[in-house]
Amino acid sequence: MTVLAQRPVAVEHPEHHEGPTGILKWLTSTDHKVIGMNYIVTSLVMFFFAGIMALIMRAQLTSPSGAVVSLQQYNELFTMHGSLMLYLFAGPFAFGGLANYIVPLQVGAPDMAFPRLNALSYWLFLSGSITMMLSFMVAGGAAAFGWVAYAPLSEATFSPGSGPDLWILALVLTGFSAIFTGVNLITTIFYLRAPGMTMFRMPLFTWNMLVTAMLILIAFPVLTAAMVLLWCDRHFGTHIYTVQGGGVPVLYQNLFWFFGHPEVYILALPYFGIVTDVIPVMSRKPLFGYKGMVFATMAIAALSTGVWAHHMFTTGVVLLPFFSLLSLLIAVPTGIKFFNWIGTMWRGSITLNTPMLFCIGFLLAFLMGGLTGVMLASPPIDFVTHDTYFVVAHFHQVLMGTAVFAGFAGFYFWYPKFFGRMLSDRLGKLHFWFLFIGFWVTFMPQYKLGLMGMPRRVATYQAGLGWQNLNIASTVGAFIIGFSFVFFLVNLWVSWRKPVPAGDNPWDAHALEWFATSPPVHHNFTRLPPIRSERPVWDFHHPDALTIAHGENGHGKLAGTAVPAGQD
Amino acid sequence: MRREAQLLIGVAAFFGLTDITYWLWGNAQGGATNLDTGFGGVVMLVGTILLGVVPGSYYFWWSRRMKPRPEDRMDATIEDGSGTIASFPDSSVWPFVLGMGLFLTVLSLVFGLWLMWPGLSLVVSAAVGATVESRRGGRV
Repeated sequence: MTVLAQRPVAVEHPEHHEGPTGILKWLTSTDHKVIGMNYIVTSLVMFFFAGIMALIMRAQLTSPSGAVVSLQQYNELFTMHGSLMLYLFAGPFAFGGLANYIVPLQVGAPDMAFPRLNALSYWLFLSGSITMMLSFMVAGGAAAFGWVAYAPLSEATFSPGSGPDLWILALVLTGFSAIFTGVNLITTIFYLRAPGMTMFRMPLFTWNMLVTAMLILIAFPVLTAAMVLLWCDRHFGTHIYTVQGGGVPVLYQNLFWFFGHPEVYILALPYFGIVTDVIPVMSRKPLFGYKGMVFATMAIAALSTGVWAHHMFTTGVVLLPFFSLLSLLIAVPTGIKFFNWIGTMWRGSITLNTPMLFCIGFLLAFLMGGLTGVMLASPPIDFVTHDTYFVVAHFHQVLMGTAVFAGFAGFYFWYPKFFGRMLSDRLGKLHFWFLFIGFWVTFMPQYKLGLMGMPRRVATYQAGLGWQNLNIASTVGAFIIGFSFVFFLVNLWVSWRKPVPAGDNPWDAHALEWFATSPPVHHNFTRLPPIRSERPVWDFHHPDALTIAHGENGHGKLAGTAVPAGQD
Repeated sequence: MRREAQLLIGVAAFFGLTDITYWLWGNAQGGATNLDTGFGGVVMLVGTILLGVVPGSYYFWWSRRMKPRPEDRMDATIEDGSGTIASFPDSSVWPFVLGMGLFLTVLSLVFGLWLMWPGLSLVVSAAVGATVESRRGGRV
């Protein structure tokens, strides 16, 4: 049945809605909130699976001859750890889960633009996740060629069996899921905004998701195409990526990284958006440099699509100066973001609660990961450190900074909106501090290991090179990270058993989602505040506070007073 | 619509510039963008230009012909946009059926082509079911 969504001016009762409950609700819902929560839960399950794989690998590396798993199993573990974390956790958690739930709320929409397509995206994502996990159960085991699946290693000759096939198919399924979500997000943001919510009044989280959705549309079709061609090579006897038949192996790398580098920013930009939403709220200040943030986001996204071959410096057939230049340039908009985050906190009234701590953890982690990224963008340094633990430490610091620190900042921040109850701040802080300490203990030794020459993707190493102690330190750190998530699970358990009501706006936050009830009713809003700045809810609750809209050179005026007509 | 159009045209413009630079620079530097090295990137960047210019020029064309919508105006009140926003489907089982149909179809490539029969039947029934559902429910 189709329902016409109304935008009520002010009604007393929420729109009457009767839908299925229980398992049937899960199977048939087209509500963006239910689908978003499905995404969040599924991707967190994948995160825990991948985390356990990481711990097994770290256990293996504590001794040079590591006897925990066999060499083949180790290859499968690092492949699946990377694949689960990147394809099934970090991306879907942000643009499938949080974006699905939050973006329609932030722009004042009743639902996503295409609710049934949205549901289909989730089912494709779940199918893809199951397909990937199934590969552990087939003869020959899971894929063992690394998350990048370079040809010719991923060809049928070197990676026979159905495990790699399932891996390829899982990527095709989740790839389509991501493309559909990207289309859905862009349409929602372009067509379903509330009156007065101009593009330059959207919260930064929504801006970041818009830019991410466009990156998805640029990158994911290329991945799907690369996978279909790889499938043809494996099964239909084509020689697209093999030298013997006249193919070009480096073509695979070009295709993969044309997806793969935007993918890194698909995994980072949504989390930048979370941080940009949390820091002003917890500092009780408007965002410093709103438009600068928007343009920095666009610049990062645009540059990131032009740097794919900086992963291929050592192939010897790429245009080194071009890719090095563009890679180094990314540091500029990222620096703008850093200064704006700090500028937002500057002289603010900062509350160091759990979401804010996670944001600060993100700033530090991403700073370290980002600075080593600038180093790696320089070919002479990359030639020396390529495929060593230096690179491993670099991208783990980047991705854990974004997907884990910023991701959980968002989770702790929006949890009251999801369920109408608070998470314990004390347990949240314990989670943060264990994660934070574990994070640095794990990855700082890996930089040193990389500089000492330890290659990545090895299950054993020679004794007497001085690598063992650093590896043991790294493993201890990894287990501290694993332990920190006990506090997270206990926190969820406590909030489930002993709920603390949150109210609609526990943080005194800015964006429209905090105007809806917690959890929001069907079709989200029963009333909307006037939208006169990028902080409509703040203006509504603090009518006597001066608002300084962007572009007005600091001439403050009272919220709710007349605004200039015209578009923006 | 103006900002949306500008955003998409901006994508096309940036990648147009990048693509030309990449190609010419690659040719000047010993053919780093030849067919057997980096030409794929030139082609993919053309695809990215199209991604910006096709919807972008359409939006741009429209933005010059339509009045600004309430969500484009800084002074719009909530009342300006009240009434019916759009029609949204209620709970529907067909996305699930379609998803599982595609799942089985994809798995049939690994576990045996017989799985394609139930898979494709689910896909077809979901296509029919969703269409009928839309018609029964009114305009979508």
